[in-house]
Amino acid sequence: MSRTHQNWVGLSTLVNKEVVRIIRIWPQTLIPPVITMSLYFVIFGSVIGSRVGKISGFNYMAYIAPGLIMMSIITNSYSNVVSSFFGAKFARHVEELLVSPMPLSLLLLGYMIGGMVRGLLNGALVTVVALFFTHLDPAEPWVVISVAILTSAIFSLAGFTNAIFAKKFDDISIVPTFVLTPLTYLGGVFYSIALLPPFWRDLSRINPIVYMVSAFRTGILGIRTMPLTMAYSFMVLFLLFLFAANWWLLKRGIGIRS
Amino acid sequence: MTASTVTPTPAALEISGLRKIYKNGRTALRGIDLRVLPGEFFALLGPNGAGKTTTIGILTSLVNRTAGTIRIFGIDHEKKTADARAQMGVVPQEVNCNLFEKVEDIILNQAGYYGIPRPEARPRCRMLLESLDLTPYRNQMARTLSGGFKRRLMIARALIHNPRLLILDEPTAGVDVEMRHETWQFLRELNASGTTIILTTHYLEEAELLCNRLAIIHHGEIVAQGSKRSLLEMMSYQTYLLDLATPLAALPDLGLPRIRLVDPEQIEVAITQEENLNQVFQALDSHGIRVQSLRNKSNRLEELFLHLTGKAP
Repeated sequence: MSRTHQNWVGLSTLVNKEVVRIIRIWPQTLIPPVITMSLYFVIFGSVIGSRVGKISGFNYMAYIAPGLIMMSIITNSYSNVVSSFFGAKFARHVEELLVSPMPLSLLLLGYMIGGMVRGLLNGALVTVVALFFTHLDPAEPWVVISVAILTSAIFSLAGFTNAIFAKKFDDISIVPTFVLTPLTYLGGVFYSIALLPPFWRDLSRINPIVYMVSAFRTGILGIRTMPLTMAYSFMVLFLLFLFAANWWLLKRGIGIRS
Repeated sequence: MTASTVTPTPAALEISGLRKIYKNGRTALRGIDLRVLPGEFFALLGPNGAGKTTTIGILTSLVNRTAGTIRIFGIDHEKKTADARAQMGVVPQEVNCNLFEKVEDIILNQAGYYGIPRPEARPRCRMLLESLDLTPYRNQMARTLSGGFKRRLMIARALIHNPRLLILDEPTAGVDVEMRHETWQFLRELNASGTTIILTTHYLEEAELLCNRLAIIHHGEIVAQGSKRSLLEMMSYQTYLLDLATPLAALPDLGLPRIRLVDPEQIEVAITQEENLNQVFQALDSHGIRVQSLRNKSNRLEELFLHLTGKAP
């Protein structure tokens, strides 16, 4: 059996294990985001949104729907990998992988795909919830799909970085609470950054989530607040940087070897 | 075939100049050399903190080495890491599987990480489960197993890819006597079938029973290495305890060195390699002292171990 085939078997085993985990603990991985996002739709969409009026020609409910779907993808991709990989480190069953011939790049890829599965699954569930509140007819379906995939991959890798450095369970909640949530809320989920004063608009441009939400909204509603090429360039660069950085950390044994 | 074309069989494990200095400055290994031949049952012994687990950690890629080379069946551990790892199975000191997974899944997943597809791994998995009496528990979560069965699960997991070299780090720690003997029997059969085994253990009786060669590591250095017989010959004397048929108030002058009355019913005597027990019995008999039974004060290997590590009383 060739090494390539063996590597493929290793990767598919890890991905399968991650997916089984997501499904096994579905009350933790699939239900809470659906409930949270339903509340967002009810409170921000129906109750407050009815007083906001239209943004870029869409009612507020339709406007925030892409942002909420993206928020769900981001938080779930991130939290899946950070909890799964840190859990494996904490309980030491990550050693099953580290002693095996499987390359570290595939270990990283396996966890990334696991995170993507959960992120995209939650994104799909939130989309279904959104359809109860508003009509969504994707203007550019391939943009929707590609942005969702890239975003889930980026935040899976970001979660992996967090898990590598985490030494205790507190460490895996600090970044989501103090970094990820603020960046998501300030990333144009609930408003268009075009509505901000110039200073805050320029400041928002250093927030990577702005590009993802904007591109995703373009895909669903057809509103262009920035060129798609810029959004894709940022996302691809982030993806490559995070993958390379995580691979280097693993190779150095940081957080996993003495 | 001429002599010049004969390629010597590579050692199952060859370690040269292995050093490890941890980030806190603690030196765990001071340049150890170790050679384990194919088919051997080899024991690596040493007191706590001697460097056993660090050595195994480096072998299994869980600890980064500071210097030194490792070859597994001639394969460079650093340059061809994947090939070298494929030769090895590891049973860690602590249970390190996902306790929320089913027993069979843990083993089959490990096969997958070694590149063995599930359909191919399943028959060997079933065979290992059977051999280690784990079949009734195969669909149970690992956390429901007793300590002994968790240890067996670690062994089954380590063997799923049929490794040529099995590394066992304290495989029977905390296991009851009956299960320990069954595990020993399993390991003996495994070794007889050609698997090279390296064992670290605190139970020196275990090492003496199972292993044909051993090394003793102390303060990060190998202080002795060789066959069990050659190492035991290094011992200057062995200590025996003699149980007396009738109690004795005091020990008469027997003209023997290193003999003392432990209590009214027991004598302790140390015998050098030049002496023998007959001399002791004759001396005791001449004073009308009858011996009911005798035994080694401690396991022979234990005595050697204590001697070499400077912990002998």
